Formats: sequence, structure tokens, C-alpha cells
Amino acid sequence: MVTAERVWEALAEIPDPEIPAVSLVDLGVVRTVAVDGDRVRVEFTPTFLGCPAVEVMRGQMVETIRGLGAEPEVEVAPEGWSSDRITEEGRRKLRESGFAPPAPREAGPVTLLRIQTAVHRCPYCGSEDTRLDNLFGPTPCRSIRYCTSCRQPFEQFKMI
Amino acid sequence: MSAQELLALADDELILGWRNSEWTGIAPFLEEDVAFSSIAQTEIGHARAWYELAAKQLDTDADSLAFDRQPGEYRCAPFVELRFVPDWAQTIARHWLYESADAIRIQALMQSDDSQIAGLSEKIDREEAYHRMHADMWADRLREEARFQQAVDELWPYALGVLEPDQRDRLCEAVSRDPVDAVERSTHTGELAPLWEEMTMVRRSVPGASW
Repeated sequence: MVTAERVWEALAEIPDPEIPAVSLVDLGVVRTVAVDGDRVRVEFTPTFLGCPAVEVMRGQMVETIRGLGAEPEVEVAPEGWSSDRITEEGRRKLRESGFAPPAPREAGPVTLLRIQTAVHRCPYCGSEDTRLDNLFGPTPCRSIRYCTSCRQPFEQFKMI
Repeated sequence: MSAQELLALADDELILGWRNSEWTGIAPFLEEDVAFSSIAQTEIGHARAWYELAAKQLDTDADSLAFDRQPGEYRCAPFVELRFVPDWAQTIARHWLYESADAIRIQALMQSDDSQIAGLSEKIDREEAYHRMHADMWADRLREEARFQQAVDELWPYALGVLEPDQRDRLCEAVSRDPVDAVERSTHTGELAPLWEEMTMVRRSVPGASW
């Protein structure tokens, strides 16, 4: 019989469909794993409700759990995702692939002032001398910033 | 919440998302092309979440609610139906007024006794924070422009119609304007039918298609 630990390990092998350098577990989208005999129930929460990768993620999790010989039940969790759920490991992998990890959201609403005053480090040269170029980017979870030191635009995970 | 109330929310977000997406590829500059496309995507994501809740009550699915009703059955506010491309002043005026109104509506829903509604609203509000920042930045830039001011004047009665009557005072306060008679949700503009024709075209021509 499969254990919850084994399921977590297997889910940690599934790459994010849009940023394959990080896994679904690194991103913090998997909330809970509950094993009941041959049935495995996973609750996950998409980064953004409009994320087109949601169905791909669900399909990959279903397939992975079936591969462990269990019957999957993959549901969207009611609690929303926050960028604070990205793991330390996930942040490191993001940085290495040229995506700046999000500034800590912690409590309180995200405002333009907070975004403009938080420290955002360039993932390429490490400089803190960066500026917001566009609140929006190629996917709902990313903004675009520009590094004034190495003159490189980069993708910044949104604080949410 | 009743299915009809959920549909009003979902229809607003779907139709506005559609209108926002009309800027994809033709916005005044690249940053806005990306911004309006991304905003459209999140609005339609919110619509899907509300449709899914309504679908449970009505024993159907989100796509059927979004695409299989007749134009007259949509519950969206006339405000979101208006087509503004290629007028940037009107587009930003609506963006700013809608996000201001939507914030009031979502804040109220976050207090709902229904934990599913409250949780979803909290998530949507955090995503919408980015829409509001974007809308506020643009409103600040255009505030002194005559074309923008005229667009806000013209659209103000429509914007009030997004909210229930008991929430409208808060919108007046938020955007510093006096109350006027609202263009209510019970009516539709002539611009919904052509939008619907285009939006449902694939679904109507290839029933049951999925991708």
C-alpha cells in the first residue's frame, strides 16, 4: 500500500508545466495528501485562478498517483495560493533558471508602494538595483523588471 | 449566494475579460499589450471560478453557463458590454471605474458566511490587487486629460450599475463623484449580441469540442 510520504516524493518529481525547473511541490501548489487504503486524495491550489496550466497539473498528478498503483482523487483546495508557499528549494531553483523569486508577502495587502520598495534582486548578477518595468508578464504569476546594473530585463514572480 | 447572483459576477468578469482581450496585439505599446492580455486572462479565470459554483447549483458545467445561454440570459452589467477599441481614454476610464466598483463588491463577499464564497473572494481580491494598481497608475496619468475626464463622466452611470444599490455610496466615495441614476443590470446594450456571436462561434459550430 502506498504511503503519503511516497506520494509526496512522487509529486515532487512533477515539473511545473510553465517553469519546468521547479516541481509542483516546490511551488507549494500541493496542499494536502491523504491516503485511505488504495485511494489517494490530493488537494492543490493553482497559483492564479486563470492559470491555463491547472488542468495539465491535475492530469499529471492523476497519472503519477495511478503509477503508484493507487486510485487518485485530485481536487482544487478552497484556500488560495500565496507566493509565500514557494519552498526555499523552489526559490533557489527559480533563481538559478533566471526567475526572481517573490518578495515575502506576509500579512497585509500588496500595494504598489510595497512592490516598489521591496528588495528585488536580479537573478543574473545579484544586484538590488532593479526597477519595475511592467506589473504584468507572460503568465499571470509574473511581472517584468529591469536590472540597471547588468542591463538585463528579467521575470519576477509576483508577490501575492 | 443564489445561482443568479453568481452568474451576475461571472458574466461581468467573462464579458469584461473578453473586451480586455480585444487589446491583445494592438495596444498603444507593448507593455499594455501584455497587461491587458494578462488582465483578460485573470478576469476569465475568475469568471470560471464563479461559473463553477453556479454550475453546482444548476447541475451543469462552467462552459455551458459561459457559452450555451442566449445573449438575453446573461446577467452582466451593461457597463462591461461596451466596446471601446481603439479608444484608450474610454478603455482606461472603464478599467479604473470597474476595478474600483469590483473592489467594493469583493470586499463585501469576503465577509460572507459561506466559507467557500469568502475564501474564493479573498483569493480573487489578491489577484485583483494587481488590476487595481494598474488602473490607478493609469488614472493618475490621465486625470488631467479632457478626453479621459469626458469618458469618466459618460461612463459613471454605467459604473454604478455594477453594484447593488446599497453599495453605491461606497463607490461614490471611492472615486469622489456624486450619485446619479444608474444604468441597471436588467438591460443590455446593442453591443452584447455581436460579442456573443463571436465569443460562442467555435462552440456553436463544433458542439462538444474540447482542447
